[in-house]
Order: sequence, then structure tokens, then C-alpha cells
Amino acid sequence: MTSPPTPTTPTIASAGTEPARGNPAPLHYPMPRQCPYAPPEEVTAVRAGGAVPRVTIWNGVRPWLFTRYEDARVVLSDPRFSADKSRPGYPLSSAVALAETAVTPTLLIMDNPEHDHYRRLVLGEFTVKRAESLRPAVRAVVDGCLDRMLQGPAPADLVTGLALPVALSVICEFLGVPFEDRELFRSLTHTMNAIGGTTETAAAARQELQEYLECLVAVREKHPQQDFISRMAVKHLGTGAMDHERLAAMALLLLTAGHDTTANMISLGVLTLLRHPAHFTALRDGDAPGLLAGTVEEMLRHLTIVQRGIRRIALEDVDVNGHLVRAGEGVIAAVNVANRDPRRFPSGEDFDPAERAHGHLAFGYGPHQCLGQSLARVELQEVYAAVARRIPTLRTAVPDTELRFKEDMAVYGVHELPVTW
Amino acid sequence: MRVSLLPEHCVGAGHCVLSAPEVFDQHEDDGIVLLLDTTPDAHLADAVHEAADLCPARAILVDAPGGTA
Repeated sequence: MTSPPTPTTPTIASAGTEPARGNPAPLHYPMPRQCPYAPPEEVTAVRAGGAVPRVTIWNGVRPWLFTRYEDARVVLSDPRFSADKSRPGYPLSSAVALAETAVTPTLLIMDNPEHDHYRRLVLGEFTVKRAESLRPAVRAVVDGCLDRMLQGPAPADLVTGLALPVALSVICEFLGVPFEDRELFRSLTHTMNAIGGTTETAAAARQELQEYLECLVAVREKHPQQDFISRMAVKHLGTGAMDHERLAAMALLLLTAGHDTTANMISLGVLTLLRHPAHFTALRDGDAPGLLAGTVEEMLRHLTIVQRGIRRIALEDVDVNGHLVRAGEGVIAAVNVANRDPRRFPSGEDFDPAERAHGHLAFGYGPHQCLGQSLARVELQEVYAAVARRIPTLRTAVPDTELRFKEDMAVYGVHELPVTW
Repeated sequence: MRVSLLPEHCVGAGHCVLSAPEVFDQHEDDGIVLLLDTTPDAHLADAVHEAADLCPARAILVDAPGGTA
């Protein structure tokens, strides 16, 4: 499926002809995709039309839908918008999202000053240099997983053969969580993110993982090793800056977000490279500085796997670039569509690693922007490069029409990716 | 050009280090932004402006009063 051409001169010229930003026909959000490689056309049309509609979500709540890049940045960074999902009227993405409020809160649902307090306790673990220092270890994990996949039979499933083992190994090693228990984390995370689940099943899974990690925090506190949980236990439990429960919740967020999102970016990213053979070959042969980093940045922008938008609730009246949101109203920043806003990104709907994709919202924006993004970049760079270099004959083993895409999950991707070589 | 910081806003995303490593670093211990050069050379202007634009916490100020070096 090819992407439609990108408008080339959208900025100033179209500004005067845009309709007033009001509320046209009622929309249910999100709607199904027409194409598995693009957001729903209705949401893209909203952005092109320049309106900020109210949409109806699964539980009848009617948040405002922001689709333009500059509007999304305001929604995600203005402190008058709260991320606290326990607030009445919050535009929850599904019933399972409510489970986040039933167990110890993570950074994801905290507002300031609490959010920055906890985030700053761990920031030193997530610098660009720290992520770079982990690159050799990440490379070894990727090579080991690729060795095993290539020694096994073909066709193979790239999700279970590469994407999940790489993402789980890296985050387990980083946190100090036993890799032997990976199937437990994988299945609990799946329950927590499956949109069709109930608040109760998701909360039970979350509670089970929280208790598992509280036990692990207690063990690492007594017998520290060279890992995140040990270092944070030694550094912060004694001072009272963080307690066992909050440290376990931090580990829970890093463990679940750290493997599920990365694994989906690995498998969907490899599929994208296979659909764009020239870019796949360029990764194998090219040594231009910035090619690999640029490809990963463009992949993050183009795929934006957080497919149901990032949601907030207004604590006060907020003017978002001329659109008034009243206190108590919910908002959705449709980051997948905002990341294709041609006013900001020349490649728009296309996948074009030659364009500068920096500034995309795939990791969010504002104080909640992904804590582990530097590590994620290193992982994705290492995986895409290794796949292009070591399996130049890689191809999908089934027609694209037979792939099962994750419309049923909070994070987009493919359930399986059968490949051969 | 003159660069200053609002380090109390920093959330450690690291875009500044990726955009302009000659001008920005992150403190090893707490991950907060460090300014290596308050008056970077003109050839770094684009990179510094990009760093300021990408910062999700608006912690980088270019040619503006009010920041601390």
C-alpha cells in the first residue's frame, strides 16, 4: 500500500482558508483504520480541516480531539492539563486504563510536584551517555537473539524470535529482574494493555506484578547487585525519598513500558523496512553519519504506536492556540496524526528517513516525555542495523493481508510477524 | 548568541545532548542538563535553537533574560 502524496506548501497558504475551529459532525474515537500502516482517515481529515471536534469515547465521555502538531504540544506540556486518571471525567482510553489508579500510582498518572520529585530520583539512570554505555550489552543481546533465530527453522516468528526476547532481555538486565520470569511479565503486561479486558482483570495483573517487584526490591535492598533496582534501593530507601512500594511501581512502569513498546517498534519497524527495500538496503550498505539514528527517528515518527492518543483533563480553562478548553473537560492529543502534520514534518504520511523527524511526539512531550527514550533509541538502532546487516534476504513469509495488527491493544504492532530468509 | 537554562524545569529527555553536544551535557548523578558554553559559536546556532525547540520542558533559553547559566 503506498502512501498518498504529501502536500508541499501547506503552512502559510492554507491558514487563511481554514474553517473556524468548532464542532462539526459527531465522531466516535478511535475509529477503525482503513489501512494498517496509517491512522484512521477520519482523524487525518480532522487535522487537514483544522477543526478541534468533540469526540465520543467508549464510556460516553466527550473529550476534545487535538490533531495538529502545535496543539498537541500545548496539550501535553501545559501544567493546567492533568494526567491523573482518577479525576472524574478523565477521558480514559479503555476500562483497563482505570486499573492504573487501583494500584500504586506510577509516574504516568502523577502531576507535579509529585511527578518531578519521583522522576528526578531516577533521571541519572537515563541520560544519553548512560544509554550509550549500554550499547555494547544491547548489541550482544541482539546478536545472541539473532543467532538463535537464524539457527532455528524458517519461517520463524520475528515477534517471539527477536522483538520480545531483545526487549525483555535488555530491560530485565537493566532493572535487575530475573529473565527466567519473562513469560510472567509478558503475559501480565498483555492483560494490562488488552483493550477488551475489564478494570478488574487489569488491576489484578497490575497488583500481581507490583507485589512481585516489591519482593524483588526487598531482596535487592539486602543484597544489592549492579542494576537499577539495587542502585535505587541503596540510594533512596534509606533517605525516605522513595519507599519500597514506590520503587516497585517505578520498576513496574519501566518493565512494562520498556518491553512492550520496544518490542512493537522492533517488529513493526522491521516490517516497515521490508516494505521499503531501498531503505533496508541503505541500512546494510550505508555508512553516512546519522543515517541509522535518522532512520530510527523517522520510524518512531511514522509508526507512533501509541495509537489511541495521549489523554489529559483540564484543571482550569486553557486556551490551546485559540481553542478554549474549560476546566473539567477532557482532551486527547492524537500524537499519531500530529506526527504526520505536514506543517511540521515534510514527509507527512510517507516514510522517508532522509527527512528530519526530530521533535516527533512518539515519546510524548512535556514533563511526562518517555523516561527511557535514550535507551529505546539505542535498542532500535542496534536491532534495525543488525537485521539489515545479518539477514539481507529477510522477507515476510505470508502475504501482508494475513498479518494480524494490534488494533485491540493500547500499543499498536503486529501479533506475529512470520519471516523467512 | 547567549544560552541560559531553567534547570528546575529539566526532565532529562536528552534532546539537547543529541542536538548540540558541544553546548549541553547531562549531570552524571542526577541527569539534569549542564551548560558547557553560555555563548556558543555562530556555527552552532541551528543546533542550539533545535535543542531549545525540542526540549519538552522548555528548560533552554536562547537570547532571553531570566535564565541561569
